[in-house]
Amino acid sequence: MEKAKKWPEKWQELNPGCMVLRPGSAREYHTGTWRSQRPIFDTNRCIKCGVCYIFCPEGCIHQGADGYFSADLDYCKGCGICAHECWPGAITMVEEG
Amino acid sequence: MSKRIGMEIALAAAEAVALCRPDVVAAYPITPNTHIPEHLSDIVAEGRIDTDFICVESEHSALSACCGASGAGARAFTATSSQGLLYMAEIVPIASSMRLPIVMAIGNRALSGPINIWNDHSDIMSQRDSGWISLFAADGQETVDMMIQAFKIAEHRDVMLPVNINLDGFQLTHVVEPMLLPEQKEVDRFLPPYKPYAALHPDNAVSMGSLGMPDIFNEAMQAKDHALIRSKKVILEVWKEWEQLFGRKYEPIGAYRMNGAEVALLTLGSMGDTAEVAVDEMRSKGVKVGLLKLKLWRPFPTEELIKAVKGLTSLAVIDRAVSFGGANAPVAAEIKAALYDQKERPLITNYIIGLGGRDVVVDDFVKMVEKTIDARKKKPKEAYEIYGVRGS
Amino acid sequence: MIEIRWHGRGGQGAVTSVETLALAAIGEGRYAQGFPSFGPERRGAPVAAFNRIDDKKIRVRSGIYNPDVVVVLDSSLMGLVNVAEGLKPGGTLIVNTVKSPEEVKKETGFKGTVATVDASKIAREEMGVPITNTTMIGAAVKATGVVKIGSVKEPLKHRFGRIAQKNINAMERAYKELKIAK
Repeated sequence: MEKAKKWPEKWQELNPGCMVLRPGSAREYHTGTWRSQRPIFDTNRCIKCGVCYIFCPEGCIHQGADGYFSADLDYCKGCGICAHECWPGAITMVEEG
Repeated sequence: MSKRIGMEIALAAAEAVALCRPDVVAAYPITPNTHIPEHLSDIVAEGRIDTDFICVESEHSALSACCGASGAGARAFTATSSQGLLYMAEIVPIASSMRLPIVMAIGNRALSGPINIWNDHSDIMSQRDSGWISLFAADGQETVDMMIQAFKIAEHRDVMLPVNINLDGFQLTHVVEPMLLPEQKEVDRFLPPYKPYAALHPDNAVSMGSLGMPDIFNEAMQAKDHALIRSKKVILEVWKEWEQLFGRKYEPIGAYRMNGAEVALLTLGSMGDTAEVAVDEMRSKGVKVGLLKLKLWRPFPTEELIKAVKGLTSLAVIDRAVSFGGANAPVAAEIKAALYDQKERPLITNYIIGLGGRDVVVDDFVKMVEKTIDARKKKPKEAYEIYGVRGS
Repeated sequence: MIEIRWHGRGGQGAVTSVETLALAAIGEGRYAQGFPSFGPERRGAPVAAFNRIDDKKIRVRSGIYNPDVVVVLDSSLMGLVNVAEGLKPGGTLIVNTVKSPEEVKKETGFKGTVATVDASKIAREEMGVPITNTTMIGAAVKATGVVKIGSVKEPLKHRFGRIAQKNINAMERAYKELKIAK
């Protein structure tokens, strides 16, 4: 993974309007590194309703090819909202560690 | 071949903008500039230009829509006055920080309160430090010319900054007078289609309007200031090209009868025309007076100012806005700051006139010059005065 | 340079009068300004509108305080507003009224030229409405010669389209029927 230089050294190096010309660079910032608990998805209970996907504030829950959902652990912060909202009770939060 | 038209200046301004083929016009009406977006909407409805006219619900939305449009690579225009400008004020510095070449016409009107719909410069003076290029038109012809020049200046790759053109509300917007309107093909030759440096497009995605941490913000501000300062070079080039094409000369500070002048007036906007008549009157009586008409307000033409005031004993700076509690009114404060380091500088008097549409007559300028000449012998008590205010 | 002040009531089209006259002068290749007393005004309230016409560029942009000519579109303003205020002593006062110029001269005390025409009657007959803004242009042109009567036709055609001819007829009648007392 390519790490971008933190700040341009000189003002002349700034892009006009402070534009970010390399799209999607936020992807490089892995917000999952300070997670203290992680969601576990039980495919036996999951009914593939997608509520967890809708409610995830990070937008890091994805639907796999088999239709079941899982969290991208690079970005999942362990907030537990998906577990709270999953009404079939298919998601449980477990301690990291 | 330009056509000589008789038209209300606001309508002519709209015609001039239409000649520039704007892609997006997003505007909200406010007296006294209403006729500008209104007439543009008529032109769009008539099918004369292929423009998206967005009827936004507020001036804040107007400038926001223009930012979005400009960011997507569209040539965008809006118009407002006074409280409308303040309503969009949150977006004003963002437009310049994002280097979006939006053009805005401002029909200068007093800021409330009390509520006043008539002409003065307090609205634009509140946006002095916004990072926009600021031009002042003194009559209908300058209004038409500057609208067209603005797009070329704004979109130039060495500029990429929004431009506002200031025309006095009512005093200019609502006056019918003769103007020369350039032909469509002349404008097309002068102003090619907008080629943005970067545009929001899924095929070539960029991010605009990012967050700036303290670690980068100072540099961003330096870059913004530098862009505005550097734009003067392009402004002068565009004005030179305009003179070659249309025969009308534009300078940051126009000089009228400055030869051998010992005292001079300095004005912005349409009151300069009335001041010319006063200068003629005084010259015929032997007073060595001249007039400086400032057309370029930002970036401030310090170099040209220093040259223009050389040899003057005194300078009467005529403001049309108050900087409440300030050391001087806005224009005089700027002039004094620009001249402070000069070894020789004229005595400066500062009169604020015509607030909220109070009429400015020839005799006012004559009296202000007389007071300025008297000031050489007896320095005025105050650094500035609101001229003609009852009870003083 | 000639300065003209028009008196009317909000909604009677005084702005159109000054615009049309300005365009007539501009059409002749000359210079003109046409502007209203700035601001919102309800229907029926007394309003003023102004013209400046000159052969060279007009630079003064202040209000008009000492007009050379005053035109009154509505005779009911005569008692209400001092229409002759500031009018130059050798100037011209033109009033839409059934009265004669001599009567108006006596009433106002104005010593200069006075001209009258029953423009309301003409407008009613030619256009069906007593709106005298275009009719009185004919009166103004006859009394002052500030533009050629033919120069007014083009701006009227442009502004009024289908009903332009009626306005032109009314204007030309006022031009003919105006009575002048020097």
